[in-house]
Order: sequence, then structure tokens, then C-alpha cells
Amino acid sequence: MEQLKRDIISRLQKGILLHQGFNPPAAGVASVVGLEPVEAAFPNAVFPIGAIHEFITSSREQAAASIGFMAGLISGLAKKGGACLWISVSGKLFPPSLAAFNVEPDRMIFIDVEREKDVLWAMEEALKCEGLAAVIAEVGGISFAQSRRLQLAVESSKVTGFLLRNDPRRLGTTTCVARWQITPLPSELEDELPGVGFPRWHVDLLRVRNGSPGNWKLEWVDRRFVPVEEKMERMSLPERQIA
Amino acid sequence: MNNRFVSLWFRHLTTDRLTLRRPELQQLPFVFAAPVRGRKVVTAANPIAEAQGITAGTTAADAMAIVPDLQVIDDIPGQGAKLLKALGEWCIRYSPLIAIDLPDGLILDVSGCAHLWGGERDYLKEIVTRLRSKGYDVRGAIADTVGTAWAVARFGRVKPIIGPGEQANALLSLSPAALRLEPVTLERLQKLGFYSIRSFIGIRRSMLRRRFGQDFLLRLDQALGNENEPLQLLHPVEPYQERLPCLEPIRTATGIEIAIKMLLEKLCRRLQSEGKGLRTAILRGYRVDGQMIQTDIGTNCASYHTDHLFKLFELKIALFEPDLGIELFTLEASKIEDIPPEQEALWSPEGCGLADARLAQLLDKLANKIGAGNIHRYLPQERYWPEQSLKPALSLKDKPSATWRTARPRPSLLLSKPERIEVTSLIPDYPPMLFIYKGEVHHIKKADGPERIEREWWLDEGPHRDYYQVEDQEGRRYWLFRSGHYSEEQSQWYIHGFFA
Repeated sequence: MEQLKRDIISRLQKGILLHQGFNPPAAGVASVVGLEPVEAAFPNAVFPIGAIHEFITSSREQAAASIGFMAGLISGLAKKGGACLWISVSGKLFPPSLAAFNVEPDRMIFIDVEREKDVLWAMEEALKCEGLAAVIAEVGGISFAQSRRLQLAVESSKVTGFLLRNDPRRLGTTTCVARWQITPLPSELEDELPGVGFPRWHVDLLRVRNGSPGNWKLEWVDRRFVPVEEKMERMSLPERQIA
Repeated sequence: MNNRFVSLWFRHLTTDRLTLRRPELQQLPFVFAAPVRGRKVVTAANPIAEAQGITAGTTAADAMAIVPDLQVIDDIPGQGAKLLKALGEWCIRYSPLIAIDLPDGLILDVSGCAHLWGGERDYLKEIVTRLRSKGYDVRGAIADTVGTAWAVARFGRVKPIIGPGEQANALLSLSPAALRLEPVTLERLQKLGFYSIRSFIGIRRSMLRRRFGQDFLLRLDQALGNENEPLQLLHPVEPYQERLPCLEPIRTATGIEIAIKMLLEKLCRRLQSEGKGLRTAILRGYRVDGQMIQTDIGTNCASYHTDHLFKLFELKIALFEPDLGIELFTLEASKIEDIPPEQEALWSPEGCGLADARLAQLLDKLANKIGAGNIHRYLPQERYWPEQSLKPALSLKDKPSATWRTARPRPSLLLSKPERIEVTSLIPDYPPMLFIYKGEVHHIKKADGPERIEREWWLDEGPHRDYYQVEDQEGRRYWLFRSGHYSEEQSQWYIHGFFA
């Protein structure tokens, strides 16, 4: 009886997911390497492609960390040889850094607009262009109606969009499929070696449509994500001996 | 097809212009005069003054003696040329090939133009009457060669239109001055009693060359059509240009749309057949009030797709002011590139690469709104200085000439200008213990470095930079550098970037 109930519920859930546009993954779709624990939080346990993800950043350090994490995600998306668009007002991204995250910086096209209003216009136009690997836009605020326009654009074109929200005071409801917050964590090196280690982040999935939010610790090692296994609570590395 | 030329002669070019601007001078004799070797010499006289015997070359004092109420106006050097240029621009409506014929004429290459106005007679009549109604005393002639047209416009007495191949007959009765000869040669001809071209045209060429030089023969041949005469065109031939004269002036947006479509179709058909595509195009409208308006578009990839190009123009129509109406549209492709023939892909990858037409069309659309200068793509450059380690790509097809370096860590965000920070450091050439940036104290827990980057001394001078990658107590990673060598007072520390 219990088993039957569970089956019915899972079948109904799958039906709801289908209605909401979450198709089960096609055979042969490779997931982003190392992101399996995070992907489990999403419906059908697959990272949603052809949707909009937003990243909340409150400082430039967080923005830098978000860019790193995003670049890691894009490296999985851009494998098929697509181009990416980066739309922003400030234009502070340093392209050579993308190379470390498996993204060829020369495949990235930077659109520097003057007004924030144009960012969303440019993003909508870009999202309508089928075949792009990803479109990234830096915006402050975005209204529900504006996010819905973006959502409608991606639904037909299957382009993945990333919104880098740089004003945490203007968070409203949006249609984005997931809301992330990436915070840098102190890096650690093997055997207590001195120096700065691999980029390490606290990945917080604050909100996810039809999934379960959660948080993880990830590291970017050797050109792929590696979940940080909770080691024994260790004292932080002794400070670098100076003098 | 035979070449046909119109020569226009403005008999009183500068004085007519002044009469137009100052109508009160219409009934008065006046001359332009310029100082020559300490004397004031008349350079141009108006018809009334001319009727009283004043010609160019008379001294102003003599002229005043002949006509006491003569107005002498200072000549502005170069005004004739300027005026001719403007008149030449105006004449573009009759032919695209216009050359200025200093000091007082215009030459129009009208091969294949006249039938649009219903024959050469009507064509010439139209040009001359339009110019005369504007107030310019003009004479014109049509002939097979520039030389004959020039001669007949100035010296012809019978008819202004010289039929194909008739230039020799037309020239016979004219004076040798009609051949555009040097004054010295003319004087010699006069002395020898050659008062008309008829009298020497039969003489053997070797004799003529010996007496009057090679230039004399060249001018004669040019007039007769045995020698080609190159023209210095006002607008050098733009090979990819389409014109659309309108019967009625166009004033509506729909009309402009139709005009653009027609022009684009013609232009694109030609481009396609030649395997070329346009990168920039300029649309010009010549308005009834004599003004010219223009707008331009640019594409990221050479294109000959009418629909796509029309969409780009569509955004600009609102800015294209027809005012009282546009009577002539021209569309010019000012930058053309070859389009390699594209092979239809049997199986296209899912991704939309940089060479994809869809991406190029998207970028064209964005560029038309926010400006092409705001779209960048970067290629690696073999330079270490961080700000110069990349260069903008010129087109979507540029391939990186070097690989992107990943051996050294580079920050995700780079400040466009390094910002000063306060540091506490204990030991030279070691990373600081803490730094203060924007009022916040960061205790440095881990650090890598230094990575010394020297300035490119052959380009600019200044201290080198010692870069450190540091991580503070909360795990935030920064890129700091010290400018120059360590010293107690002068060491200056900067923050330059944020790592992921």
C-alpha cells in the first residue's frame, strides 16, 4: 500500500514536471563534471539548460567568485562550440581569467552598454538567438515582468541565461529557475603547503523551481568541479611563517 | 557605346553669384579686382561692365576711368573653385560623373544619361534652363570629346549639340583658342595667320610638332577624339552605388521604405552575382530644398541579404527627415568584402559558433542600437603587462595568434585603474600582513608571489610591479602589487583585481 502510494506520487510529480517544461534528460547528455551533488537538487536531477539562473552578489569579491563558478558551468555548456555573450554596464571582467575555467576567452563577446535599461533589452535579443552557449548579463534590479520576457525568450530558443545581480537590496520575485549565492571560502592546500590553493566556494542554492534548495562546498581543481569532502575539523593552516 | 560629354561654361561665374546674394547690384556695373604686382587688376566683370568694355586683365584704375560709377569689389581667392564644386554637386542629379573645369566650367560625363530626359536636346535644355533660372549665365554643349564640347560651349555659333563623330567638322570654323592652348602658342598661331582651326588641321603632324610642340598636338587629338582625356571626377566612381530618382518627391516613411527596398534589391543582386557582401552602406537622400541627408548602417559580417539589411535600415528611417520631399535616393556600399561561397552543412552542430550567420545578425542588431564600438571580442597578445595582455579582435573571424596563458593566476575582475591601499608589511619582498581597502582591514592568511612584471621600457617608463595573490581571513582572494622596489617611504601598494 505504501509502495503504491509512493509510486503514484512520483508519477504525478513527473507529470507536473513535464507540464512545467522540465523534460527528462535526453540520452547522452553529459552533466557538468563534478557537479553531481548539486544537480541532485534540481528536478529530474539534471542541471537546467535553456533557463535563466540568477546569482546574488553583494560585493565585488562575491561577484568574482560567482564569475568563476559561472565560468565553470559555461565550460560545460560551450563544449559544442557555441559563442557566449557578456552584457554589462561596467565591463570589469578580465577575459584571460576565463581560460583557467576551460572557457576560451575569444569565444566570449562583450557588449558594453551605457544604460541598465539596455542590458535587459540586449539580453532579450541575445536570448532569442538560437545556438548561443550562454548569455550573461550584469543587472541591478529586474522586475517580474522583465524576467518573464526573458523566460519566454529562452523557452523557444533553449539558450541558457545567467543574471549577475549586483544589488541585493532589489531582489524581487523573478521567473528564474534558480537563485544562487556564491561566497569565497579559504582555500586549502595538501600537506599544509604555503600559498593560495584552488578556488573554493560556498555554493548556496537559495531558491530553485521544483527542486530542493541546499548548500555545498565546491572547489575548482584541475579544470573541473570537485566537491569538498568534509574533512576532520582541522585548525586552519598555521600562518605562513614570516621571518 | 560612345562617350558623350557636356561642357558647361559659366560666363560670369563669380559676378553672377554676387548678384544673387546682393540683388541691388543687378543694375550696376561692378568688377572683382585682385592685387597683381602692386596694381589692382580686374579678375571678373559683370555683364554691364563688360558691355562698357571692361574685361578681365584691365587694371582697376583704367576701368574706373572708363566707367566712373564702377564698383570695385575685392576678389576672394578660390571662390570660383568653391562655387564650381557646389554647382558640380548640384549637377549630380544629371550624371554621376562630374569634373570641375577650372576656372569657369564643369564637365559632365553623360554617356547613357540623356535618354532619361528624352534625348540630348531636352537634356541640355533642362540643364541650361535650370541653371539660368537660378541666375547663372551659362552656355553648354554636348559632344563626343571633352575638347570639342569645351570648344563649342565657348566658341560655337551654330548648334550646341555635336552629333557622334562630327567633332572635326564642328571645330573647323572655330578659333585656335578653342583648343585650350597655351597663350604663347596662341600668339604664335596668330602671328602666322592661323585664325581658324581649318587653316592648320591639314598640315602634317611632324611639321606642327616642330613648330608648336607636343602639347599642341595632344590638345588637337583630345578634341578630335584620337586621344583619351582623363577627368578628375568630383566623386570618384563608387563601384557599388545605386540611384533611384523619383518622379514625385517622397515624403512618407512608407515611401522611403519602398525606396530602400528597391535600392537594396538591386545592390544585393549585383553583390550576390559577384560573390561579395557589404559591410557598410550609406543611404543618401537629395531633398527638394537642396539639402542632402544621409544615414548609414554597418554589419559585422559581409552580407547581401536584402531582408537583414533592410531590418538594419528600418531602425534608421525615423531619423531620416524627408522635409519637403526627397527627389533622389542613392545607396552606396562603401565597404565591400568577399563572401566565400558557403557550403550547406549536411549536419550542423548544435552550437552557434562565431562564424554563424545568426550570431552576426544578432550583433548587427545590437550594434545598430548601442553602437558597434561597444561590442568587443578579445584575443591574446604576447605581452605580460596585464592591461596589455589582450587586444580587441577586428572581426568575428579573427583567430587568436597565440594561446591564452594559464600558467600564472589572473583575477576574474580587474580594476580598470589600480586603487591605492594601505598596508602593513614587516619584511621587504614579502607579502604584507594586512591591508586596508575601502576602510576594511583584511588580514592576509595566505599569499603567493611575488610575480614581477616589468614595464615595457621601450614603450613607457616607470617602476615595475611585484604582484601577490593573497587570501584574507574570510577566504576572499585579491591581486595586490607593490609599485617599484621596496623602500620605507616610497613603496606604494595597490589592489588590482579580485580572484574567483
